[in-house]
Amino acid sequence: MTDQVMTQSTASPSILKIENLNKNFGGLRAVKDFNLAFNTGALVGLIGPNGAGKTTVFNLITGIYSVTNGTIRFKNQNLLGMQPFEITRQGIARTFQNIRLFNNLTVLDNVRIAYHPHANYSMGDSLLRTSRFSQREKELTEKAQDFLAVFNLHDRQAEIASSLPYGEQRRLEIARALAAEPELLLLDEPAAGMNSKEIAALMELIHFIRDKFKLTILLIEHQMRVVMGVCESITVMDFGEVIARGNPEEIQNNPKVIEAYLGRGAAALSQRLSEKRDYVTGS
Amino acid sequence: MRIKFQRDQLLFLGCAIAFIVIVQVLISTGVLSNFWSTLLRIGGVMAIVILGLNLIYGFNGQFSLGQWGFYAIGAYAAADITFRWTQQNSASGLVIMFLIVLMVGLSIFGVARLLSRVRGMDPLSGFTLYLIGVIIAAYISIVIGRPLINPISNLLQALPQGLALQIVFFLAVLLAGGLAAEVSYLFGLPVLTLGSDYFGIATLGLTIIVKVLLDNSDTMLGFEEMKGARGMIGIPKIGSWMWISVFLLVVIIITRNLLNSSHGRALISVREDELAGKAMGIDVALQKNIAFVIGSFFAGLAGGLYAHINGFLHPNTFNFIRSFDPMIIIVFGGLGSVSGTVVAAFAWALVLEGILRLVLPEGFETWRFVVYPILLLLLMLLKPKGLLGGFEFPFIRQVMPPLRKSASSSNSSEPNPGNNPS
Repeated sequence: MTDQVMTQSTASPSILKIENLNKNFGGLRAVKDFNLAFNTGALVGLIGPNGAGKTTVFNLITGIYSVTNGTIRFKNQNLLGMQPFEITRQGIARTFQNIRLFNNLTVLDNVRIAYHPHANYSMGDSLLRTSRFSQREKELTEKAQDFLAVFNLHDRQAEIASSLPYGEQRRLEIARALAAEPELLLLDEPAAGMNSKEIAALMELIHFIRDKFKLTILLIEHQMRVVMGVCESITVMDFGEVIARGNPEEIQNNPKVIEAYLGRGAAALSQRLSEKRDYVTGS
Repeated sequence: MRIKFQRDQLLFLGCAIAFIVIVQVLISTGVLSNFWSTLLRIGGVMAIVILGLNLIYGFNGQFSLGQWGFYAIGAYAAADITFRWTQQNSASGLVIMFLIVLMVGLSIFGVARLLSRVRGMDPLSGFTLYLIGVIIAAYISIVIGRPLINPISNLLQALPQGLALQIVFFLAVLLAGGLAAEVSYLFGLPVLTLGSDYFGIATLGLTIIVKVLLDNSDTMLGFEEMKGARGMIGIPKIGSWMWISVFLLVVIIITRNLLNSSHGRALISVREDELAGKAMGIDVALQKNIAFVIGSFFAGLAGGLYAHINGFLHPNTFNFIRSFDPMIIIVFGGLGSVSGTVVAAFAWALVLEGILRLVLPEGFETWRFVVYPILLLLLMLLKPKGLLGGFEFPFIRQVMPPLRKSASSSNSSEPNPGNNPS
C-alpha cells in the first residue's frame, strides 16, 4: 500500500487514502502506522478482535479524535485539523457502534437534521417564514420522506426514534447518515445485535445503497458472515496494526488472522486441518 | 393541509390578541386591581425570561444559571436610558447605548469573519481578539456619541411628551436585549466549550459578578443614578400590560418559528446527542452560541420590561439565589415545552404572590414559601413531564407533514429490508 505513487499533480484514484496513521492515548499506541487506500465505489471491510483499534480509525477519519501523526486524504484533500462537522460536509458520513439516534425526536426529524447543512435558508428566512423557507422546507421534507421510504420507515415518520425496534433503529441510523449526502459511508458494526434474518436483510441493504447512491463504503464488522458476504477487500487489524489484507478468501485462510482471533493453538490446528484436507483431496 | 396550517395561525393569534385585550380592558375598567395587574405583568416578564432559558436549557441542553444575570443587565441598561430621559431630559443614555450596541455588534461580526479564516485557533486567543475589538468599538462609540446627544435630545423633545417617552422606552428595551445578547456572546465563547455541569457553575459565576457590580454600580461602574446597593429609583412606571404582552407574543412567535425550522432542529440535535450531531455535519459550537445569544436576548428584553413595572430596581432582586426561580419554573412547566413554560410562568406569579396570599389566613402569609415547595413536589410526582405534560398549543406544535404516496411506488422493485416481523 505504501508503495502507491503519491504525486500531487496527478489526481489519485483513491477516494480515501490513509498513510502512516498513528494515534497514541498517553502511552498506549492505539493505532500504529496504519495504511489504507481504496477507490470510489469500493466496499471495504475493516475487521479485527475487540480493542484492535478499528473504531479509533473511524474516529480519526471523522475528526472526533485528533491524529497523533500521519495523513488522511479524502478526494485528495487533507482532512487533518478539520472539525468533525466540516469533515461530514466534505462527504463522509458514519454510523455508530452503539446506535446514536436523536432519541427524543421523531423519525422524520432524525433524517431532516442530517439535511441541515443543505437546508440553504437563513435563520431570518425561518423567523419571517419567507417563501424561500416554505419552499426549501418542503423540498427537504420530501427528500427525507423519500429516504425513509427507501428504508421502509416512511409510515413510522411520526414515531419517536427511541421507540423503534432495534433493527429499525439501525436502519434509521443508516438512513440518517445517507441523508447527509456522503460519498463515503463509514458503518461501525451495523450488524451488532441483529438476528440472522435481520443480518440477511442488512447485507442486501448494504449492496443496495451502494448501488443506488453510488457510494463507497468502509465497514467495521464482527459478524464474519456479513464481512465475507459483503466486502470486496478486507483489512485485518490487531493491536493497532494491520496484520493482513486481501479478498475474503485470502483472509479466511490467513493463519495470522486466525491466530489473532482464536489464538496460536487454533491457528496451528487450522493449519493442520487444511494440510489434512489437501492430503485427502490429493492436491 | 395548507389551509389548516393557516387556520392554526389565525386561531392562535386571535386567541392571544383576545386574551391581551380582555386583560387590558379588565385593568382599564379597574376590575383587576393594580396588585393583580402587576402580578400578571411580572408573569409575562417571567414568561419571556423562561422562553429564553428554555431555548438554552430545554432545547439546546445547556444547563445555565446565567439567565438571571442577563436579566439584570437588561433591567439596569433599560432603566438607565429611560431614567436619563425622564429625570435629566437628555437622550445621552439612548444615544450612547445605541451606538455601543451597534458598534460592538459590528466589531463582533468583523472579528468573527476574520477568525473564520484562521484554522485551529485556541478559543481563548480568539476571545482576547474579540475583547480588544469590543473595547475599541465601545470607546469609538462614546467618542462619536458625545456630540450627537444634544441634537437627538432636541429632536425627541419636539415630539409630544408621552409619545417620545414610549419611543425611548421601546428602544431602551430593545437595546437592553441587544446588550445582553452581546455580553452573552462574549461570555459564551470561552464558557460554552465547557461541559454541561461546568457550564452551569460558570454561568452562576456570571450572575454573581453582575450582582456584585450592581451593588457597587455608583462607585465601581460610575453610574451614580443607579445608586448601588441602595437601589435605583425614579424609573418611569411605563411597563404596561400592553407592552409586555406584545413583547411576549413576539417572543413566542420567534421561538416557534425558530424551533420549527432546520435551524431549530439543529439546535435540538445538540441536546439529543452532540457527537451524532457533529457526525451529521452540524456545527455544535455554533448552535450552542446561537441558543445562548437568543436566550440571553430574551432575558435582556424581559429585564428592560421588568425595570419599568415598579419603577424601582434593587441588586437583591438579581441575587443568584433568585436565579433558581427560572430553573424551577422551567421544570415546572416542562423542559422543552413552549406552551407549558408560558403557562407555568403566569401560574408561578399568580399563585405564589397572589392566590396563596389570599388563601392563607392573615398572619400566615409567609407560609406560602412552605406551601409552594409542597405544591411543586406534588406536581413533580403527579406530572413529571411538567404542567401541560408535553402538550403544545396547535400553533406552536410542529405539523407532521403528510405521508408521501408516490415515494413508496418508486422503489417497488427494490429489496424490502424492513419486512422482518419484529
